Amino acid sequence: MKLTKTLLATTALTVAAGASATAQEMADSMTLVSWGGAYQESQQKAYVEPYLANNPGVSATWDESSAEAVAKLRAMNEAGNVTWDLVDVVASDAMRLCDEGLAMELDHDEVLAAAPDGTDASDDFGDLIVSDCFVPQIVYSTTFGYRTDMVPEGTEPPSSICDVFDLETYPGKRSLQKRPIDNMEWALYCDGVAKDEIYDVLGTDEGVDRALAKLDTIKDQVVWWSAGAETPQLLADGEVFLGSTYNGRLFSAIAEQDQPIGMMWDMQSFDLDGWIVPAGLPEDRLARVMDFLKFATDTQRLADQAAYISYGPARESSAPLVGKHAELGIEMAPHMPTDPANATNVHIYDYEWWADNRDDLDAKFQAWLAQ
Amino acid sequence: MSDTSDTGPVLAADGTPLKRSLRRALRAQKMRALALIAPLLIFVLVAFIAPIADMLFRSVENQIVGNTLPMTVEELRDWDGEELPEETTFRALYFDLFLASEAKEHTKLGSRLNYEESGVSSLFRTTGRDVDDMGEVFQDALEEISPEFEEAQVWYDMMSGGEGADSNERLLSNQIGRLEQLESDIYSGDVGFVPGAAISDILPNTARAYSAFAAFVHFIDEDVVAEEDPWEAVYAALALDLEDPGTVTALATYDGPGADILRQAAAAELPPVDMQTAFIESNEDWSRVEYWEVIQTYSPPYTTGYFLNAVDMEKTTEGIALRDEDERIYGILFKRTMFMSMMITFSCIALGYPIAWILANLPARTANLLMILVLLPFWTSLLVRTSAWKVMLQQQGVINDVLVWLGLVADESRLVMINNQFGTIVAMTHILLPFMILPMYSVMQTIPPSYLRAAKSLGATPFTAFRRVYFPQSVPGIGAGSILVFILAIGYYITPEIVGGTTGTFISNRIAYHISTSLNWGLAAALGSILLAVVLILYWAYDKIVGIDNVKLGG
Repeated sequence: MKLTKTLLATTALTVAAGASATAQEMADSMTLVSWGGAYQESQQKAYVEPYLANNPGVSATWDESSAEAVAKLRAMNEAGNVTWDLVDVVASDAMRLCDEGLAMELDHDEVLAAAPDGTDASDDFGDLIVSDCFVPQIVYSTTFGYRTDMVPEGTEPPSSICDVFDLETYPGKRSLQKRPIDNMEWALYCDGVAKDEIYDVLGTDEGVDRALAKLDTIKDQVVWWSAGAETPQLLADGEVFLGSTYNGRLFSAIAEQDQPIGMMWDMQSFDLDGWIVPAGLPEDRLARVMDFLKFATDTQRLADQAAYISYGPARESSAPLVGKHAELGIEMAPHMPTDPANATNVHIYDYEWWADNRDDLDAKFQAWLAQ
Repeated sequence: MSDTSDTGPVLAADGTPLKRSLRRALRAQKMRALALIAPLLIFVLVAFIAPIADMLFRSVENQIVGNTLPMTVEELRDWDGEELPEETTFRALYFDLFLASEAKEHTKLGSRLNYEESGVSSLFRTTGRDVDDMGEVFQDALEEISPEFEEAQVWYDMMSGGEGADSNERLLSNQIGRLEQLESDIYSGDVGFVPGAAISDILPNTARAYSAFAAFVHFIDEDVVAEEDPWEAVYAALALDLEDPGTVTALATYDGPGADILRQAAAAELPPVDMQTAFIESNEDWSRVEYWEVIQTYSPPYTTGYFLNAVDMEKTTEGIALRDEDERIYGILFKRTMFMSMMITFSCIALGYPIAWILANLPARTANLLMILVLLPFWTSLLVRTSAWKVMLQQQGVINDVLVWLGLVADESRLVMINNQFGTIVAMTHILLPFMILPMYSVMQTIPPSYLRAAKSLGATPFTAFRRVYFPQSVPGIGAGSILVFILAIGYYITPEIVGGTTGTFISNRIAYHISTSLNWGLAAALGSILLAVVLILYWAYDKIVGIDNVKLGG
């Protein structure tokens, strides 16, 4: 707790000092936390390597702990020894870390670079700044992939989210994430609830029952996943006909591994991933990490990242700069969840609503699963 | 031989009495022995006993509500829970929440109470953003009356009562105590401000709010109190004090610093203090009695709430009740964990016993070779073995492929052997089998083969000889293996997570979920404590029935 206070004071100082922060003493190493795999690789190539090239003598270490970041940060904070400098988390986790006082609140315009045309960072990121502690990096989506060779003969490939619930036309197993988020919304949508009323309906007990009843119709055909790599594997093995996962995972199964998998973007669920700075960093480490953060989230760096992975840059000004895949040489824009052709019908999930209702719905969802 | 008449104490070579010298030597030896085990002792204390104690404590600890909203909790103590609390409660909540939101502690409380009632989290978050505005009307009004209310120094002089005035140390130390509880920290040192005794009699709310502000500015912002503009809450407190006609009368004769502007403010028309409306305007959920009930129910520093939740019950205003049927999950999971752990233990006995017997009865060379086969999977990564079972058991997996190829199963109706209880039992039996075989083997090795031969030569059939002579001697091995396997199985987590699907998961998967995803550590601790208690009870029952002395891990 003492640390938090020193931090608040030092933050005020650094923020007030603004541009003069570079003059401060900076630590020469950073510990960055991310998800591992292709995503972390894209961060390494797009921001970390260029940053280290510009700042010789600085080193960066990765910790692949983003999946347990909230719990670990809480434990570190209780122990009074925060060893991480910058943590990559999904937006909902950033909100919780901010709520718990484990992440530092930032003034986005002060600490982040403006767009090349001078637009303030907060306008450039726009609505994607869902929490005061959160610096968005990418927009990803949870969407569906299906086995092109398992589509029943004479039928069109699935193109609507409701095809997931249509066992007659599209028999076979499905894989869905083992959590209520997204699944409940999709179920209600396919049960005839208008998109803008989904959360109103889900807020009532009848609405929850209705969503679970819809999911009941496919329950015995569902394989529930908890790690993002599971669905691509299940699709590759032919264990399931279609399944939800993060769009970047499907992209790499399709484009890099040549699997017979097709994308179904209908009602893809947009989500965000970005950085938070842990609360309680000593002054020199904070100065270093702020310097890195400013560099790593500027317009060019976010656009560069898209050359390695099919996630959309969070800055509006980065979108026109998205080019080709670094190794495969294919145009990346059509593979982005934000591409207009893919984003004709998207589901924007309501962070605030889920922050409130997660505990309750999760109990109901898990009880339903266990029955 | 020399001087037998000397009856004094026997002396050691250096002249000290032998007894003392001996004791000293022994003590040194004991200390040496203690020093030898000290690393282990410290390790066990730090890494084992302390975390368990901490976990047990977390499952009942609930000080956050009282620490964050002390005055509200006090006000709610006598609330009947029927109608919306009165304005005084809303005022208490305003001052509590203002300090909490300055310290950024209110959202923590929101997420704590959200475990009990959905929606509290955003209630605290949104209102936390609005509390600044609630006091602003009073600030504007007061500054309108006299621009002097804008001055930090004026406020400082007014609240300290000026040089040499009697001071109210108690009020300040109360507020520091409140801040200490809120921040779970200890503060000492001079704040650089003490409220005046006279002014804190006349303006009790203002003096309290300003003292809290002063303590916060000094200890947390580390600024000088006299130079900082007071919070909006201080203005609101002053407006509240001035509503009391007694204050106005008292002010008439008051001559401390700022008396004239206070009289000016008392004479003027201030907006009425109506926190109830302000809160409900900020978030209309404040008008819902349920949320107040949650704050009231969970206000004591210790709670049974987590344990109740862990057994599918909840606290309601009518007492303790079972949760709605569609929210009951832990009962199912505890029963399932027990049942499956037993299934796994029995499967391990059934598969392990013959293997251990063969190992114990083969010539040493062959036995060693077979032993390596038993140990090889034991040395392989748990994740690798579990994933291998996935490849074996899945519908497009090795076993199904073979069955289809043999024509035993039609291609359309491949067996479902994974993502269910069957998959978990198979994979965990395989993983835990060495823990059963090894103790059995070491016990069986000590059973002389001549006993069996003797039984047979006395006329027993091979089966009777086994049942009456061999088996009873091997029971300690079975006991040891069963305890090992069962206790390991009951807390298993990774394998059920990977191959368990929805029907094959254990209670430990929920514990992991609450630790890492929902962050409800209290509930995770309660579930863990129950699991620990169950294991201890089973161990005790085992000791009563079989006797723990009959358990042998080796010769």
